Amino acid sequence: MTLTSLATAIYVIAAVLFILSLAGLAKQETARRGNVLGMVGMGLALAATVVLALQQSEREAWVTALLIAMVFAIGAGVGMWRARTVEMTQMPELIAMLHSFVGLAAVLVGFNSYLTEEADAVHQVEVFLGVFIGAITFTGSIVAYLKLSARMKSRPLTLPGRNLLNLGAVVASAGLLAWFIATNSLTPLLIMTAIALVLGFHLVAAIGGGDMPVVVSMLNSYSGWAAAAAGLMLENDLLIITGALVGSSGAILSYIMCKAMNRAFLSVILGGFGTEGGTASSTASEQGEHREVKAAEAADILSAARSVVIVPGYGMAVAKAQYPIAEMVQNLRGHGVDVRFGVHPVAGRLPGHMNVLLAEAKVPYDIVLEMDEINDDFPETDVVLVIGANDVVNPSAMEDPGSPLAGMPVLEVWKARQCIVFKRSMATGYAGVQNPLFFRVNSAMLFGDAKAQVEEILTHLRVSDTAGA
Amino acid sequence: MRIGVPAETRQGERLVAASPASVAQLVKLGYEVVVEAGAGTQASFLDAQYQDAGATLVTAQEAWGADIVTCVNAPKPGQIRLLTPGATLVATMAPHSNEKLVASLAKRGVTALALDAVPRISRAQAIDVLSTMSNVAGYRAVIEAAEHYGGMFTGQVTAAGKTAPATVFVIGAGVAGLAAIGAASSLGAQVRAFDVRPEVAEQIESMGGTFVSAPEAQQEISADGYAKPLTEAQQAAAMDVYAAEAAKADVIITTALVRGTAPTTITADVVAVMRPGSVIVDLAASGGGNCELTVPGRTVTSDNGVAIVGYTDLTSRMPRHTSTLFGTNIVHFMALLTPAKDGILALDLEDPVQRGMTVAHAGEVMWPPPPVAVSAAPAPAAAQGPSEEELAEKARLEREAAIAKAKRRNWLYGAGALAALLLLAFADTDTVKHLTVFALAVIVGFYVISNVKHSLHTPLMAQTNAISGIILVGALLQIGSADPVVSTLSFIAAAVASINIFGGFLVTYRMLGMFRKDA
Repeated sequence: MTLTSLATAIYVIAAVLFILSLAGLAKQETARRGNVLGMVGMGLALAATVVLALQQSEREAWVTALLIAMVFAIGAGVGMWRARTVEMTQMPELIAMLHSFVGLAAVLVGFNSYLTEEADAVHQVEVFLGVFIGAITFTGSIVAYLKLSARMKSRPLTLPGRNLLNLGAVVASAGLLAWFIATNSLTPLLIMTAIALVLGFHLVAAIGGGDMPVVVSMLNSYSGWAAAAAGLMLENDLLIITGALVGSSGAILSYIMCKAMNRAFLSVILGGFGTEGGTASSTASEQGEHREVKAAEAADILSAARSVVIVPGYGMAVAKAQYPIAEMVQNLRGHGVDVRFGVHPVAGRLPGHMNVLLAEAKVPYDIVLEMDEINDDFPETDVVLVIGANDVVNPSAMEDPGSPLAGMPVLEVWKARQCIVFKRSMATGYAGVQNPLFFRVNSAMLFGDAKAQVEEILTHLRVSDTAGA
Repeated sequence: MRIGVPAETRQGERLVAASPASVAQLVKLGYEVVVEAGAGTQASFLDAQYQDAGATLVTAQEAWGADIVTCVNAPKPGQIRLLTPGATLVATMAPHSNEKLVASLAKRGVTALALDAVPRISRAQAIDVLSTMSNVAGYRAVIEAAEHYGGMFTGQVTAAGKTAPATVFVIGAGVAGLAAIGAASSLGAQVRAFDVRPEVAEQIESMGGTFVSAPEAQQEISADGYAKPLTEAQQAAAMDVYAAEAAKADVIITTALVRGTAPTTITADVVAVMRPGSVIVDLAASGGGNCELTVPGRTVTSDNGVAIVGYTDLTSRMPRHTSTLFGTNIVHFMALLTPAKDGILALDLEDPVQRGMTVAHAGEVMWPPPPVAVSAAPAPAAAQGPSEEELAEKARLEREAAIAKAKRRNWLYGAGALAALLLLAFADTDTVKHLTVFALAVIVGFYVISNVKHSLHTPLMAQTNAISGIILVGALLQIGSADPVVSTLSFIAAAVASINIFGGFLVTYRMLGMFRKDA
């Protein structure tokens, strides 16, 4: 038994732990165990690696040890600080930023691998692929981060012939690969890196804010493939397995998101909404008169209801309305009102974003239901509150075959007896489609900042509590 | 300003235009409220309750002499004389059939606002007393029917045998009709309902009724939410429907009232074929009745033993709740008229709702108002749907396209597999070994992740993020290199990757800690 074989054995254990960790995340009951299993796996793998690194060090061991200690100090310091302080509404930004780190690391590891190991064609292909994916992930994630944190406009950037540009970049990279294999010189690798960096930037810049759940999960997938490519070039099975796990995880999430929007993955990746069809304009006009309610009336309606469903959207995250909503829910449930949440798969900017926000506000997860679980219950629901959601509750997705949203599964809130829509104004949603829901007879609009309005409703509910006592 | 609430003087009227609760809300709008002593007694509202709510008790004269007078029924000539010129009267007036009343109010110099002339637009629903009244009347009609019907509405299976549920047929699914459908079906009856407007089918079903469909008797979707008079052919077809349904029904509730007049729906011949002991409740009795045998205000029994209820005071038979709802309608109306909540009435004749209700103002008759564009009904579907052949053709094309696509896909897979095979055959065994691990891991990952609940997708991403920091392993192994460039690059890579690991795991941990089950 050598140190290397011991390390390999530990890697196998770590890989198994990672698989178990992701399996544990399937359910709330086992999720925390899954999280801890992942940490243990990572701890084992890193411990084995540090020992190996020290043993293989070409310099004095203490220098290497010092460098490694510094690495961990930086990682622990920055990582833990971010993890502690990040607000749940900023989760998409944090995740996008972390993706960019993996991308950067993959690029650097790729270059190192090129510099340290002797050339053979297979290894060269692996290095080339690893750097390519890593570079796209790096700049793509940075753009996603900038867009999500509103430092960059979330409107899609539409350059003329942008699909040709992307295709050109890929073809050029393939040409550079041939050059790289033939000469093993650094130049084609560097040029390709530059092209991939630009490509990553352009790919994500062309995608609008509402498609971010797909983009973030896609980048998640890429960061996995980048790690897997690194594993192949370093001939390290742990990296390969982990990268493959992460890669397929991100791919599945992207697929789920695309299905929830009834859009092909390619068309999401290749650009903004509504650019191909001209039918959007026919439905985008005003469709009648909407009715307005004030918070006090909404409070009356809610306290008289027996069943209430709340449909949150990105607007809730923007207004940080989840805390007053949670209190309102608690109040209503205290009065025996059956309150549940209906979450659309693409609500928010991350897969599962709404669930995390609601969990943060201490809403019990068993009343937060998915679209398929709750859609059949709307006809028996007294009141639906739509808070900061728009396209995901648009009836034209089901009723108007000419709508850009046609065929997208939506929450059928209009089937409830009464529907109150919290909104800043009558503006359209991400897809730029007018929402006929607002003009239905059983819909009412509650204008203003979602947080302030919910707080006002809460005040009214409490006043009537004390009056009733 | 002062709002006066006089007692109603119409024979048998038990309603009152304000409840203690609505008085409190009027006071909150800035008004001083005076109530005639004893005004609410018949509706079970005591004088003391009004006083507690902030009202002052006064005589009839003082109540009628207030700045704003609100009552349920239109005033009698003697009462009009008690009104102060320049005052505002808020009451039901039936202006379309009461020209004399409107003229005398205008002559008196009173601003008259008719509560029964509310334009049918969504915004005005909260002040529409006709809806309120119809709702109560529809409910009460079922109670009256149950009173006169010699059986139980709900079907029963008991040790002593079984009884069939009552069949209730409702004509007209306006507010009253829908309320009747709801009340009858909650008593357990089988409810069937007909309306000439086909678009109400959904509403009927939502209240628990079955929609009687008869396309030849039904008209097109109306623009203003009211039913139109029928053409002759439609009329005849509708009569056939009524006759056929009446023969099966134990109870008929008929609510057809087209702008104050009652068309005949149930002829004497139809009554003659109904079962003895069945009941007809005629909600249109005030307009003369939908049934030929109806006597407004009374219950009569036909020769073959069918009871025909023609009460015109159904709302008054539930005075407590009717008055409560009526009072709330008035509060909503006053809120509209008092935008500043300062107790000063500010009539805005530019507002279609207020203009529509103003029948007399500054000495002039203002009825009828200009028509209001309404949005009560959804626009009819623009085009006919595709025909069946077109649909079949489309389905066929789609099927063929799917097959062609599957074929293309299979070819593509085959080509991919072949290419992979060729590549792998040329690669060295070590690489193949690693690729095997890779392929298996992808498949394992696919199955493991497919089970993850949607609600945990964000923690999943954070966790996979942390795990993908495993690239740190690669960087750490390169850090000890003698080449300073390699060493530096790997140091940077290792540093960012370790941020990932620590940050990712910790934030996942934090998030998962938040999820809690309902205690």
